[in-house]
Amino acid sequence: MTDMETQNRRRWMSILARASEADMRAHLADGPALPPHTRLRGPEIGLVMLRGRMGGDGAPFNLSEATVTRCTVSMDGRMGHATVLGRDTAQAELAAALDAALQDPASGLLDRVIEPLATAQAEGRARTARRAEATRVQFFALAAMR
Amino acid sequence: MTPGFANPVLGAQSSFRALLHALAHPGTILELPDAPDPPAPLNAAAAALALALCDADTAIWHDGDVAVADWLRFHTGAPEAPSREARFLIATGAPPPLAALPLGSDEAPQDGATLILQVEGLAVAPGWRLTGPGIENSTDLRVTSLPAGFVAARAALAALFPRGIDIVFCAGRRIAALPRTTGVEEV
Repeated sequence: MTDMETQNRRRWMSILARASEADMRAHLADGPALPPHTRLRGPEIGLVMLRGRMGGDGAPFNLSEATVTRCTVSMDGRMGHATVLGRDTAQAELAAALDAALQDPASGLLDRVIEPLATAQAEGRARTARRAEATRVQFFALAAMR
Repeated sequence: MTPGFANPVLGAQSSFRALLHALAHPGTILELPDAPDPPAPLNAAAAALALALCDADTAIWHDGDVAVADWLRFHTGAPEAPSREARFLIATGAPPPLAALPLGSDEAPQDGATLILQVEGLAVAPGWRLTGPGIENSTDLRVTSLPAGFVAARAALAALFPRGIDIVFCAGRRIAALPRTTGVEEV
């Protein structure tokens, strides 16, 4: 796997990990169904330790544990992995199946599923950022009040 | 890549329970009902024991190819180690020299290695006469396809007790165990 392929796969895996099962199914509905897959591991629910850094560059510390669901499937000799936050086993399995299917360049799933999801997720992030921005308090005003 | 246990919890528990019984009653042949379908040359019983026993804290050694290494790494997460440092050894062919395996120490004999050895056949038939703890008088076991000198190499370790290694024979889906306390007499 070349660097470019790794980059691409990392991108779609992160998009799939954030997408709900209903969203993935909605984009899959207007096209051929996914090839059948076999479960190699899971879907199984477990914990991962989240690590943080104070200020983004301090010494790492354990922030908390998060519930994740992971799944690995095999499809036409390709392996698909997914680890998603939460306890939704169907979401993890579908994300893993999509990861396997996306490794076939002829699948067309990148345009059909990943790009619409990426657009929707970017819009969601921008919306949250706008609403947060509206509540920003400018603390430098306090210094000027002395 | 093939799946592991169909039901990971029940498969690991039933395999572990069968292994406990086999080690408590040396020479008894048990079938592992939930064994997975591993890549060749690994057989079903050896694969089931690997999944039941190994995890990220147990270094393993095996003599399989890349497909076997991938399968074991994916399903168990166990790190690979040279045979002189491994906790579990999975031999699909001839085992490494027994005296060179980890034997534990007199203070920690539990650090001795467990050898999971694939053989072609296991039968309750004249071949070896086993005696020792867990066997009322004596029991017969015939193991086919073992290398010459295996019994003598194992007998040489008996003087080191409590140090030693425990051996589990795997044929197809069946297992029989030979813990370090069992005496073997060829008949």
